[in-house]
Amino acid sequence: MAKVPKPNELVFDYNPPQKWWMDTKPEFRPGTWCYPGKAKNAEVLGLPNPREWSPLDEDWKLPSNWKEIIFEGMRDCLNKYRSLRVFMDICVRCGACSDKCHFYIGSGDPKNMPVLRGELLRSVYRKDFTLAGKIMGRIAGARELNEEVVKEWFYYFFQCTECRRCSVFCPYGIDTAEITIMGRELLNLLGVNIDWVLGPAANCYLNGNHLGIQPHAFKDMIEFFVEEIEAVNGIRIEPTFNRKGAEVLFITPSGDVFADPGTYTLMGYLMLFHEIGLDYTWSTYASEGGNFGLFTNHDTMKKLNAKMYAEAERLGVKYIIGGECGHMWRVIQQYMDTMNGPADFLEVPRSPITGTVFDNAKSTKMIHIVEFTADLIRNGKLKLDPSRNDHLRVTYHDSCNPARAMGFFDEPRYVIKNVCNNFWDMPPNCIREQTFCCGSGSGLNTDEFMEMRMRGGLPRANAVKHVHDKHGVNMLSCICAIDRAVLPPLMDYWVPDVDVTGVHELVGNAIVMEGETERTTDLRGNPLEGMEDMSDEDL
Amino acid sequence: MKIYNAKLIIPGLLIFVVMATFPIWYNKGTAAPPPEPKLNTPAIQRMAEKQCVLPKDQMRTEHMQLLNEWRTEVVRNGNRLYVAWDGKEYNMSLQNECMRCHSNKSEFCDTCHVYAGLKSGSQPYCWTCHIAPKENK
Amino acid sequence: MGIKFSLLSVIALMAAVFVGVKVAGLHYFFGVVVPYAALATFLVGFIYRVLLWARSPVPFNITTTSGQQQSLPWVKQNKLDNPSTTAGTIGRMALEVLFFRSLFRNTKYEYHEGPKLRYQWEKWLWIFGLLFHYSFLVIFLRHLRFFAEPVPGFVHSLEGLDGMLQVGLPGLYITNLIFIAAVTFLFLRRVVVPQVRYISLPSDYFPLFLLFFLGVTGIIMRYFSKVDVVKVKELALGIVTFNPVVPSGIGVLFYMHFFLLCVLLAYFPFSKLMHLGGVFLSPTRNMPNDPRMRRHVNPWNYPVKVHTYEEYEDDFREKMIEAGLPVEKESK
Repeated sequence: MAKVPKPNELVFDYNPPQKWWMDTKPEFRPGTWCYPGKAKNAEVLGLPNPREWSPLDEDWKLPSNWKEIIFEGMRDCLNKYRSLRVFMDICVRCGACSDKCHFYIGSGDPKNMPVLRGELLRSVYRKDFTLAGKIMGRIAGARELNEEVVKEWFYYFFQCTECRRCSVFCPYGIDTAEITIMGRELLNLLGVNIDWVLGPAANCYLNGNHLGIQPHAFKDMIEFFVEEIEAVNGIRIEPTFNRKGAEVLFITPSGDVFADPGTYTLMGYLMLFHEIGLDYTWSTYASEGGNFGLFTNHDTMKKLNAKMYAEAERLGVKYIIGGECGHMWRVIQQYMDTMNGPADFLEVPRSPITGTVFDNAKSTKMIHIVEFTADLIRNGKLKLDPSRNDHLRVTYHDSCNPARAMGFFDEPRYVIKNVCNNFWDMPPNCIREQTFCCGSGSGLNTDEFMEMRMRGGLPRANAVKHVHDKHGVNMLSCICAIDRAVLPPLMDYWVPDVDVTGVHELVGNAIVMEGETERTTDLRGNPLEGMEDMSDEDL
Repeated sequence: MKIYNAKLIIPGLLIFVVMATFPIWYNKGTAAPPPEPKLNTPAIQRMAEKQCVLPKDQMRTEHMQLLNEWRTEVVRNGNRLYVAWDGKEYNMSLQNECMRCHSNKSEFCDTCHVYAGLKSGSQPYCWTCHIAPKENK
Repeated sequence: MGIKFSLLSVIALMAAVFVGVKVAGLHYFFGVVVPYAALATFLVGFIYRVLLWARSPVPFNITTTSGQQQSLPWVKQNKLDNPSTTAGTIGRMALEVLFFRSLFRNTKYEYHEGPKLRYQWEKWLWIFGLLFHYSFLVIFLRHLRFFAEPVPGFVHSLEGLDGMLQVGLPGLYITNLIFIAAVTFLFLRRVVVPQVRYISLPSDYFPLFLLFFLGVTGIIMRYFSKVDVVKVKELALGIVTFNPVVPSGIGVLFYMHFFLLCVLLAYFPFSKLMHLGGVFLSPTRNMPNDPRMRRHVNPWNYPVKVHTYEEYEDDFREKMIEAGLPVEKESK
């Protein structure tokens, strides 16, 4: 594994190289690329050309007719996606997107400017699909497809987190995420992919979740949190699994089951559902909200996503509630109903507590837990004691996908402001639709990629540092499981005194449950404000 | 060939084509005849040598600048004498010199000016100060 | 890359006209043949390109949401940056097409030691982009006085507004100045900003030079070295009424100007200039953000192999039973 340089050792150089970009090659330096996909995972998913290979090798063991495969694949994508067709033709290279990318800001590598990331694909498109490119070649911005190009694609399409920030600024709405998605679609045809995406996708396919947690273990893990909650406030919660006839199926990313601080968010869900008496069930089969298929190719995304509706139908629930997750919600909002719907067997979501009908989800029939909770709070159905979060000074990171694929901005802020007394937003250029990515999305949250993650996360971290210095913010809240996994190391690296939390951990802290014993600590076991002595006695 | 979203794209394209071909259907296939400024005023007919202050082609493209220069000379410098390229002398005056021959404003000046679209804001503003000649018809 | 190449190409095009008209006397070729060919290429090419786009479906609703979504009734939606209705989407597109809404958001990133990142006010590209497009539009419409007889009223109104300064003779058009200034800005920006220079292709410089010289030749003809506009109009009307005539005595400058326009038209459908049509078809902007409310249909949606619950239960049945998890079948 690569040694990660210290923050003061990182060099930021924004001067473009002397050589033109068609003449430069990526340098596969440790920390800037992810390990390649393993054969066994590719086989599980039925992906082409499973093999052991390394980006450091000269020979990437591509299929012998790989060029043909790419051309065919490109033609196929062009015929299937108008987005690709239009985006290939209309970019004017105005450069408005260039400094909007966190990876460009963090690396200074011009090919991380969204416009050049697009040109990597566009140059090949021009050569083989446009008259001008065929005749004029380089002058028309066209170039020959060769193995070096494939290597470059691999390097840069796995240095894009598909966060879509550039797309907000583009005068034609060109979406680099779409270009990266197509790039990865093509690379996957050759068996060029990364294991941090393939492994979880294969796990999810067979076991129901990215982490490969088997059903019995999944139940055990959730029950462990039941005990944790009991230790905090004496309430014993009894979650159910794979239960037919429940009103609601609840699906959240498996990261929340597995690792801190997501686990505290999961405790928050359990406490909330218990307190309002929601008739819901967990599923061990559809035990993953996230979808690393989105980072692989269309078919894999659809395969993994299919479980949600299939399980909802099998269990006979009325609708689905989804947990706090980023790209999970991109898939649910923009792909699920189209790919695996229509969900005729479900009903339009209606909160059994408030009676609110969620018309905005009347077709997909799946609602976001933060919408659900915001509605509960608005209708006064929750007893909350925000002072239990007084030891926290909170800011909020808009996770890319709920931000730019949904427009999910005010609901989480409403919830946070009702469960916390100390909240400050980061500066306006870094939040809401202009939010910066954590630097590790789209399956790049792996340790061997750490240097690029820290570089790419710099803009986000820098904005956190601003509110940390100005308002003493010590807690970064978010609604994304990848965020909860990757922001802690990012904060340790750039803003060491800030912790990371899910919004429902804050809810879990603040919610006053019927019959609970007096709390002296928050869900993490940290003493509440004014309770420092009590918790010492407990020890 | 399947066109997706044809209900929006086809009308959109039609609007584009209609706008892009505006001059074609606006003129309905017949070009209005180019203007022929009349030189048949009595004054011109009396001239032995039919010659303006500048050669004809130059007058066609540059008369407005010449008039502008004349105005400056007369109004600012008080000079009314113009010596032409062929040595002839003229009195710099729109009403008394130019219009002496070209007394037919509507059949001379206006024919080209209207054809070339010099109206409204970019209309020659000679006649905002000068009095247009009364034409005997 | 490609500045010299693009500049030389445009100069060569003008030189070709000069030689062609002055030496070879190809007035008919440059005055009639080329314009018809260019116009046909433009119209057919433009329609072909748009239909090519239209042949590919939009399989998913991938709207980029740039504001608060429609959510619970008490949450205030940003109806223009994140519309959920057709009317809102039309509004969003109108803002985008007429006022370059997205470009208006532009900021400039600055790196300071620390590291400390700052995002500065940066509206120059937006301002000059707007100025360029609108001045070009006005100039384009003003030229209808050569292509329409009688000259339509709106052309006169435009001329009046554009020439309201009443400076010089013939009167100065404000848009002429703005156009040249804006094209110059867009060019200088490409050359001076190292990042923008790095991403620029010959196909970025070429249209700028083309437009620059198109503007310059026009301005020279209007203010300095005049051509006979009556004859120009005769030629123009001849073309659009399909009775082509080439009056003698039109200066070569006009043929250069006209030829550059023809090149622009013919080049249009094969170039990035197609963003004129493309902006209307951009799937991240032209759909309402409503995929959870109304199902978006993908015409090529096909079934994929999934790992079914039955297969899953077969894999884990014993462990599930042991853990007290309900199963469909007690044994295989």
